[in-house]
Amino acid sequence: MNLLQTMRTAIRALRRNKMRSFLTALGIIIGVGAVIAMVAIGEGAKAQVVATFASMGSNLLMVLSGATTAGGARGGYGSLPTLTWGDLKAIQSEVSSVDVAAPQMRISGQVIAEEQNWTTGITGTSSDFFTIRNWPIAKGELFPKEDTGAKVVVLGDTVSEQLFGANVDPVGHVVRMNKVPFQVIGLLAKKGQSPTGQDYDDAVFVPVRTFLTKLQGSMEQFIPGIIMVSAVSADATTRAQRQITTLLRSRHRLADGVENDFSIRNLAEMAAAMEASTNALTTLLAVIAMVSLLVGGIGIMNIMLVSVTERTREIGLRMAVGAKPTNILSQFLVEALTLSTAGGAVGVVLGIVGAGRLAAKMNWPLLVKPEIVLIAVGFSALVGIGFGLYPAYKASRLDPIEALRYE
Amino acid sequence: MSAAQSLVLLQDVSKTYHMGDVEVHALRKESLVIEQGEFVAIMGASGSGKSTMMNIIGCLDRPSTGEYHLAGRLVSRLSAAELAQVRNEVIGFVFQNFNLLARTNALENVELPLTYASTPARERRLRATEALQRVGLADRMHHFSNQMSGGQMQRVAIARALVTKPRLILADEPTGNLDSRTSIEIMKLFQDLYRAGITVVLVTHEPDISQYAARVLVMKDGRIQSDKRQAPREAVLLPAEAEADS
Repeated sequence: MNLLQTMRTAIRALRRNKMRSFLTALGIIIGVGAVIAMVAIGEGAKAQVVATFASMGSNLLMVLSGATTAGGARGGYGSLPTLTWGDLKAIQSEVSSVDVAAPQMRISGQVIAEEQNWTTGITGTSSDFFTIRNWPIAKGELFPKEDTGAKVVVLGDTVSEQLFGANVDPVGHVVRMNKVPFQVIGLLAKKGQSPTGQDYDDAVFVPVRTFLTKLQGSMEQFIPGIIMVSAVSADATTRAQRQITTLLRSRHRLADGVENDFSIRNLAEMAAAMEASTNALTTLLAVIAMVSLLVGGIGIMNIMLVSVTERTREIGLRMAVGAKPTNILSQFLVEALTLSTAGGAVGVVLGIVGAGRLAAKMNWPLLVKPEIVLIAVGFSALVGIGFGLYPAYKASRLDPIEALRYE
Repeated sequence: MSAAQSLVLLQDVSKTYHMGDVEVHALRKESLVIEQGEFVAIMGASGSGKSTMMNIIGCLDRPSTGEYHLAGRLVSRLSAAELAQVRNEVIGFVFQNFNLLARTNALENVELPLTYASTPARERRLRATEALQRVGLADRMHHFSNQMSGGQMQRVAIARALVTKPRLILADEPTGNLDSRTSIEIMKLFQDLYRAGITVVLVTHEPDISQYAARVLVMKDGRIQSDKRQAPREAVLLPAEAEADS
């Protein structure tokens, strides 16, 4: 008896008890559907976290200056300027694990165009800043590499929309900030919101020298802001953090035991921690879903045992007319396997549909990994074999005489 | 050696069952020879050992001691899988309660033994059709068992036994669930097979039925009490009933 015939026999047997077969398969349908939906949800959440951190910048570290202490009131990080332009240069050139570094100085100010004005954050920085932030230009160009103190500005999308209207190219227009005319040379691509809901696109950017001479008073060697650093790779961020700490401590001549007069924030590390926690969540969800798949498998075993008992006479007859024990074994095994894989296939479809609906509702990307589908279907087939084996073995070991006499 | 020619050759075969501490001797060192082309009825009350005899002849059971040659082959020590193949190739079974598969039509029921012989589908269909024609059910091929009378179901079962072209047909109380008129029909069918050269062994407790056979074995307490040859009574349907049947 070949496999095709065995399968046809199995399908006929299952169709004889449609309702029962459906209910048995339902356990597997729910199990597989749950595995796929849960893992897709977990993966979606993870992708969301990764995307959020990626929008902040790649392999990002932020170096903040120290805190003031005046009459017992401590000012918090950045209140005491301790970072110098020399520090920035040293970080850029002396630290091997650093890709690029850029200053970020920020004031709030009004930007005035011909017909509109808008108050926003004005940032003084270098062109490297946009590399660190993974922020491409949409129209026009970024600052020239050489900082000549030219009165040029690059607009964020929100500012451009407020000043010139949506879908208008602002390049070439002139805006005034602090009574100084600036020529718009570029429009940044839309970046969206930060994890805390802050609009990244509500900002304008001017070169460092221009910022210091025209917008904010110079403080000579100190940077009135922070240093953004991009490490060479995600794995290098912790090393970069350590190396920058050592460098700055020696440059600031801090003796052993003296606290740092700066602080470094490692966003890549935070991102990794967040990713790890969502991974743990995904695993947890998948394990719970697997348990329901296991319960579905027990359902199959239960029904197959009932089926073997009910069909004892049929088994006896099949044996009498020439079925070998292996024929009986494979017949019942294929029945269990058919139930579980058919249930698995339906479960895959339902799982994907369910995950899609949830992803749409939560605004998550829908991530159904093909390997998860394969694992779920493979696992359901394994469940079919695992839980079908015992009833099938029992059937194959029946004594034909007793089986024929069974009432 | 005559043993090679004999279809069934039992030598000092015994069968003992253990029920708890009690030993039941269902068959006590019996020997039996059935030649190709015989029509044998095995008679006896329940507990006489006739069912055990039939199970051993039918390769459904193995003797506790002794040797059994079927069609020249020693089968008394074969494995379950090997016995299954012997049953499939050499023996056709007919049972008291027909044992047709539910929700399966006559043709597919008859095809069943051939599926275990791995016969190609086209040939299966052809041979099943022939077998059903032989038992007079050419017009019932696609009927399901619940759409047939007892006599028709038993004819399907006989067709199923015939489809593998076995050398031995074993019938266990084949008329036990049938009325007397249908019983005669079925016995006529067995006589036709006997005349065509097929060996038929039937187990029955009804003396009426055993009259249609050419040899009658009577069993009692696990032994063959008598072994007689006779001129078989002709199975003839009453004309009126025959007309009503057709």
